[in-house]
Amino acid sequence: MFDGLSQRLGSVFDALTKRGALKEDDVRAAMREVRVALLEADVALPVVKDFVEKATEKAVGEQVIRSVTPGQMVIKIVHDCMVEMLAGEEESAADLNLHAAPPVPFLMVGLQGSGKTTTTAKIARYLQTKEKKRVLMASLDVYRPAAMEQLAALGQQADVISLPIVNGQKPVDIAKRAMDEGRKGGFDVVILDTAGRTTIDDVLMEEVAQVRNAVSPVETLLVADAMTGQDAVATATAFQEKVGITGIALTRVDGDARGGAALSMRAVTGVPIKVMGVGEKTDAMEAFHAERIAGRILGMGDVVSLVEKAAETVDEEEAERLAKRMMEGQFDLNDLLSQLRQLQKMGDMKGLLGMLPGMGKMAKQIKQADVDPQMIKRQEAMLLSMTPKERRQPALIKASRKKRIASGSGMAVQDVNRLLKQHQQMATVMKQMKKKGLAGMFSGGGMPGAGLGGGLPGGMPQGLPFRGR
Amino acid sequence: MSDPSSSEPDKKVGWLGRLTAGLRKSSAKLVDGIGDLVTKRKLDDDALADLEDLLITADLGAATAARLTSNLAKTRFGKDVTEDEVRTAFAEDIAETLAPVAAPLGIDSSKKPFVILVVGVNGAGKTTTIGKLTKQFRDEGHAVTLVAGDTFRAAAVEQLQVWGQRTDTPVVARETGADAAGLAFDALNDAEKRADDILLIDTAGRLQNKDNLMAELAKIVRVIKKKDETAPHAVLLVLDATVGQNAHSQVEAFQDIAGVTGLVLTKVDGTAKGGVVVALAEKFGLPVHYLGVGEGVNDLRPFTAKDFAKGLLGLS
Ligand SMILES: Nc1nc2c(ncn2[C@@H]2O[C@H](COP(=O)(O)OP(=O)(O)O)[C@@H](O)[C@H]2O)c(=O)[nH]1
Ligand SMILES: Nc1nc2c(ncn2[C@@H]2O[C@H](COP(=O)(O)OP(=O)(O)O)[C@@H](O)[C@H]2O)c(=O)[nH]1
Ligand SMILES: [Mg+2]
Ligand SMILES: [Mg+2]
Repeated sequence: MFDGLSQRLGSVFDALTKRGALKEDDVRAAMREVRVALLEADVALPVVKDFVEKATEKAVGEQVIRSVTPGQMVIKIVHDCMVEMLAGEEESAADLNLHAAPPVPFLMVGLQGSGKTTTTAKIARYLQTKEKKRVLMASLDVYRPAAMEQLAALGQQADVISLPIVNGQKPVDIAKRAMDEGRKGGFDVVILDTAGRTTIDDVLMEEVAQVRNAVSPVETLLVADAMTGQDAVATATAFQEKVGITGIALTRVDGDARGGAALSMRAVTGVPIKVMGVGEKTDAMEAFHAERIAGRILGMGDVVSLVEKAAETVDEEEAERLAKRMMEGQFDLNDLLSQLRQLQKMGDMKGLLGMLPGMGKMAKQIKQADVDPQMIKRQEAMLLSMTPKERRQPALIKASRKKRIASGSGMAVQDVNRLLKQHQQMATVMKQMKKKGLAGMFSGGGMPGAGLGGGLPGGMPQGLPFRGR
Repeated sequence: MSDPSSSEPDKKVGWLGRLTAGLRKSSAKLVDGIGDLVTKRKLDDDALADLEDLLITADLGAATAARLTSNLAKTRFGKDVTEDEVRTAFAEDIAETLAPVAAPLGIDSSKKPFVILVVGVNGAGKTTTIGKLTKQFRDEGHAVTLVAGDTFRAAAVEQLQVWGQRTDTPVVARETGADAAGLAFDALNDAEKRADDILLIDTAGRLQNKDNLMAELAKIVRVIKKKDETAPHAVLLVLDATVGQNAHSQVEAFQDIAGVTGLVLTKVDGTAKGGVVVALAEKFGLPVHYLGVGEGVNDLRPFTAKDFAKGLLGLS
């Protein structure tokens, strides 16, 4: 169903076959599509505009990696931008805050029917079972018929204590009674569920502000529906201004809404999304996943399959043959050439990997391995200037042959010398490896290739030809 | 159980005040926006693009917003336009789109009972809308029975029972967890015997992508048809005005599974504009019967194309 961005960008860039850096005009053309895709995903207009500006800035001048199209490259940049915006700086900011003297008051607020009562029970259950806290829930909803009974019933289902119902009490008084009970009963957390309210209902907004004043909540969570449209900005801003919120609980993430409201609310309030509701049962709650929501807003399915395809380009048979020779302690210049070629493909993979949700870390590792594509190209050129026999028997390469190889590849004799020396070192390591076995090979650091589907030979020992210039 | 008499919000402003205040505030940005944009301005490509954006902020969706602005451009491109002209032109165009779908919910009195099934996603306002409809039907002198078909959500039965007390109307209910289809069948059977005028069936909220829950809804419809193949005579899909483009998917799925015959748009008293209804009207052409404008028993209004369009554009 996520046919959004990838397809849109496909058409923009169809005509564009050039590689190299992304040009401003092309990026702007792409961003027009990004804009519509985001609006269709219900990201609010002001947030879309901001986002597009940021992403454009990042994208212009960026190098397009081989084996992806410029359109895919733009998707990657947009995706990364969005994850960054959704996740915020610190991961721990998304944890529920329990750093206060017990009983820690939580206040749940939001529009009518957004899922406050259900989320109250979910958080209570989570804190009780996973964090081993004693939790008391209380409903301050004196308006919606049977709202208090609903929370009490959910409490029974989830084995969480709820404050006894006293008819006729005002919300502020119920809140105070709940805190008293929380203190007397030795509870760690008191969660106050409130009635739904529209933000232009001044009477009810004032009422919840008074509850806030009475209990000084440590967490005030805005409970909002993932299906929300452009109104997300107005609602989130109003709750932020009039009540003050510390986090967002996004509900109905189990639906098929694109969920752009998550980005809108995160952006305009600056508070983290702390939990996601993924069903009606009291255990249907998850921590917020920025990557997942970003992928959803953008429609990332195509990119995942693209990366899978790219992974197939690594020649599995050749990789296995190489690995086998290396384990036998053999490593001639043909092997080096073959490995360089695999590495080049890996270089292209680097960018691709970063596109996969959750694979950012792996891409970083590959980057740290510091494979210099220019260097590989030159080394490859020198190797290709050798005869197959020379590559099989490097010892044959003496002064006159070195000269020939150097001029054939446009390099200096010292470069050839360096290459041969480095190969010599590698071959030595390979021989040692034969003795030490596979474990020694991988603990040597270097390329994390072993984890990839293609089963690269991996284990480039450190300090070998792939560094320096 | 809550005391039904004390449960209504204590508000000094009447519904009309709240509705107009709501519409005023909710469309304030849109209206100010248009004001800023077109005062002393020539309607060029840039101005049109900005106007299109503003329509999008009312959830009209990219396609509908584009259509409306290009319609505006047809007659006024390159001309100096005033803010009022633009607003009026949009409102007229939208009203024209909505006019064919602004139809009241007709009750066929030859059906005894006339069966109304109320469906929608979780928390949209189904139960509350049933309460408001019941008040209206009772005021018109109809004999009504309510069926507490949400046998899933905690205290959903109790909630409908409160509405039954408020409107002095019997509620057929079983314990939470009971089979909703079986309940509906029996309730219809009894209502036929009594020759009730109207049978209003509440259902559990369900997200339209949940196949198992949608299959349960299909079963409710099937079972009702077993008793009376012309029933349900109306299937109302309740939409929350805060919803964005997902409304398209909701209408499509519920129409497919339950044969939706009309829409009710709730929570129009908030900041949300419910503009997606314009796009829905273009795409599905389903009647929009009512607007929900609050939580009280009287907070239900007939849907009228002109007023809704004016409301969206902040014209009164
Ligand atoms: N599918 C789904 N339904 C939910 C979720 N959270 C709440 N609901 C349902 O949404 C409806 C309204 O929830 P409720 O907690 O009563 O909302 P409140 O009015 O804000 O207190 C109920 O039918 C809930 O079961 C969620 O994460 N997923
Ligand atoms: N402001 C406002 N609230 C509404 C309206 N209709 C329903 N609600 C509220 O929305 C919440 C969910 O309504 P409910 O009827 O329980 O939804 P259901 O889950 O679809 O049955 C309740 O708090 C209702 O009071 C409306 O038109 N305006
Ligand atoms: Mg509630
Ligand atoms: Mg209900």
